[in-house]
Amino acid sequence: MQFIPNSPLKKSMLHELKLHDINDLFSDIPKEIKIENLKLPPSRHQQDVEDHMRQLARQNKSFCEMPSFLGGGYKPHYIPAVVKSIISRSEFYTAYTPYQPETSQGFLQAIFEYQSMIAELTGMDVSNASLYDGATAIGEAALMSMRITKKKTFVIPENISWEKKSILTNYTKGAGIKIKEVAYDKETGKIDLDDLKKTINAETAGFYLENPNFFGVFEDAVEEIHPLLQKNQSLFIVGVDPISLGICKSPGEYGADIVIGEGKSLGNPLDFGGSTLGIFACKNEFLRQIPGRIIGMTKDHQGKRAFCMTMQTREQHIRREKATSNICTNEGLCMLATATYLSWLGGKGLQELCETNFERGQQLRKQISAIPGFSRVFSGIHFNEFVIRCPDAAAVHTHLLRQGMQGGLLLEKWYPKLTNCMLFGVTELHNEESMTRLVSLLKEVC
Amino acid sequence: MYHSAVWREPLLNELEETKKEKYATKSMLPDSLQRKTSLDIPNLDETQVIRHFLRLSQMNYGIESGIYPLGSCTMKYNPKICEDISRWEQFALLHPYQDETTTQGTLRIMYELEKMLCEITGMDHFTLQPAAGAQGEFTGLLITRAYYEHKKDFNRDEVILPDTSHGTNPASAAMAGYKVIEIPSTKEGTVDLEMLKKILSKKTACFMLTNPNTLGIFESEIIEIARLVHEAGALLYYDGANMNAIMGKARPGDMGFDIVHLNLHKTFSTPHGGGGPGSGPVGVKEKLGRFLPVPRVLKKQNNFCFDYEYPDSIGKIKATYGNSSVILKAYIYILLMGGNGLKETSEIAVLNANYMKKKLVDSTLYQLPYRQLRKHEFVISCEQLLSTKGIRAFDVAKRLLDYGLHPPTVYFPHIVKEALMIEPTESESKKTLDEYIDTLLKIAQEDPLLVKDAPHNTAVQRIDEIGAVKNPILTWKNIEKLNEIHI
Repeated sequence: MQFIPNSPLKKSMLHELKLHDINDLFSDIPKEIKIENLKLPPSRHQQDVEDHMRQLARQNKSFCEMPSFLGGGYKPHYIPAVVKSIISRSEFYTAYTPYQPETSQGFLQAIFEYQSMIAELTGMDVSNASLYDGATAIGEAALMSMRITKKKTFVIPENISWEKKSILTNYTKGAGIKIKEVAYDKETGKIDLDDLKKTINAETAGFYLENPNFFGVFEDAVEEIHPLLQKNQSLFIVGVDPISLGICKSPGEYGADIVIGEGKSLGNPLDFGGSTLGIFACKNEFLRQIPGRIIGMTKDHQGKRAFCMTMQTREQHIRREKATSNICTNEGLCMLATATYLSWLGGKGLQELCETNFERGQQLRKQISAIPGFSRVFSGIHFNEFVIRCPDAAAVHTHLLRQGMQGGLLLEKWYPKLTNCMLFGVTELHNEESMTRLVSLLKEVC
Repeated sequence: MYHSAVWREPLLNELEETKKEKYATKSMLPDSLQRKTSLDIPNLDETQVIRHFLRLSQMNYGIESGIYPLGSCTMKYNPKICEDISRWEQFALLHPYQDETTTQGTLRIMYELEKMLCEITGMDHFTLQPAAGAQGEFTGLLITRAYYEHKKDFNRDEVILPDTSHGTNPASAAMAGYKVIEIPSTKEGTVDLEMLKKILSKKTACFMLTNPNTLGIFESEIIEIARLVHEAGALLYYDGANMNAIMGKARPGDMGFDIVHLNLHKTFSTPHGGGGPGSGPVGVKEKLGRFLPVPRVLKKQNNFCFDYEYPDSIGKIKATYGNSSVILKAYIYILLMGGNGLKETSEIAVLNANYMKKKLVDSTLYQLPYRQLRKHEFVISCEQLLSTKGIRAFDVAKRLLDYGLHPPTVYFPHIVKEALMIEPTESESKKTLDEYIDTLLKIAQEDPLLVKDAPHNTAVQRIDEIGAVKNPILTWKNIEKLNEIHI
């Protein structure tokens, strides 16, 4: 049997154990629950399985075959070959969590470097070694706010994705945290400051703001939010698109206490939304309340620089039910991809990338909103995603699909008030040609 | 003798020869939105980047470097073909929100994998959404909550688990809002039925169990355990970390478990990635199907689709649909192995563990607490080594590194003193097992000073972990604080 070297040695090894039959090793399983076989097809040759997978692959349309302009937090970005090369090093990808630091120095140093770059990007003092994704990071941040402030109300904008709301509810239900929503300004798409002022009070453990928000719009009144939260001794949690931080103000500059985000865009493929990366960074004073792994620099017994997992008394394998989180396995390889990606890009490259994404966003929005019948919904300055009201969003979607293109995200299903609205997303991967084609196809619909 | 690569590799920011000037953006982004602080991410050449990370990789140990018998972690070989296919652009460059007619291949994989996992575990429904085992546990406990809320039984706020359970079990239960009650194991290393009877009550929501447990012992009283738990009106939860022991031999569903989580990155051979991405699918019995996270994957005629119309569902637990590349690799692995191969996997995993156990215990240098017959893993104690030579489990682990071998899990489960928890998996040859055994025996007879000072042949020597806690240096901004750590 493939991958099982001792299959042919079964008899002789059993003999050494003074056993006759392999079933003797399973004599401790009660007869009533023993099974003879699994009702699954028999083993297959690798070549045969590869053929099968090729057939399945043909039933998918990748970004290369079908350009997509979907927004909603996931967008394709260019991934340099360097990243694929490094994460394909099997010393990295076939390693376990670095429990034995002396033989895991490579991964540990890479995580330390990741933590350093995330701290730089976000303007925070410390970062952990990743959480599952940007959405669960909100849940963890809410729980952390409660532990720090001993308060049980968490405030979010009305316009975060429904998925995030659902995850947040699940993460906070057990702790008895109450979630309150703040409306958005229907004109600008930004947070409604008056409503925010009414909602935040002394009971507020924390407020989560997304910047740019779910509609792609920048929250530019952030300077006013921090004092309001400070006055109420509430934490300020900011969710970011890390690529925007190439040029945009880091949340640390406007008073954030915790910064989270989906890091998939930094060197990880779309992967149907999987292999995500939860960014989680915060101020130093909250270090002991962080969920998940943290890597520290220290020395070995000869005084050489060395790295290891640290502050482990926060974690489940030591603290059990009193741990700061249940997280064990995180998103190590995605984090390594991000560390490699950021070092390939460099600070300057990230700034240029951010600029390109911003410009592309403006360009495409102008082109689409110039088409009769299509209009920009929110006036706020946006990054690389924006909301457009179409004459008939469903018809637009179908027409584009027939022409081999995926349009923006249909918002009406989850946000009934946003009738016929589409959330478009564009990045450095969308060239002039594909944008022009999109615009001409949109013109055909109206 | 083994010797690890030793690169005194500088940090990325130390590789940058000249700091570039602050980038002057030509962007139309209003000044009020622009960052004013510098962005200290080094600007390097591609050669510098590739050499840096390649050198780091050479100071890291993976399953392809050698045996990696971490107990309860199931570090088996990860077939290359799975990795290769998962990177095909038809799978890797799919947007989670693109039209379902354009993702039929992946939807079919998800649908079929759920069905395969149902057959392997004996459950009725599966979700692939949880990102890892711990998140699977958390999902299972949220389903437990939803089940009792639906039944309007609001008094069940306790989760019971044995003292041998994984740390994530109590942590997940606490996160889901439950009080955790830990029960001590019997002298046999198994669940104490009398104790369980006493503690089960109308307040019990769930009993969480790993079977075989973390000592590698199969809970032979499982049918009675299930009866007692159900009689109390509670649910029985299966932590699937040890599923590699029983595939094709017995199924949690038949044992009476109501909820199961699996670790695709353990049993189903997807690489651990140095700590993820993992995948922790959750399976449930029919009565709990309505509470599973949305979306569910359905087959309608010959098409596959997502279905969100489950009003009793707990909703979402992770963004999108789970770690898709991991899901894909597990699917390929199961196709390769087939039902017969999975059964062979468990048989040989158990054979290998019992073979190692016998050789080590026969030597009398290490002791085996509790019952003889083990499943895919076993726990031996270094207590005698400690009393006679002052050598701890920790020292044995570090000395193994000098021989180019990855140590077992140490000091777990907590009920065994000086524990070495060994899980060889089915991937290792008899020759490798023999070498590992011989090395463990050799270490037990070596000069204690040599062992207590190990490792000697790794990239760094024994690490000052206490210094790391006392004086946290967590980013490159703070490395001058390293001078404050005195060895």
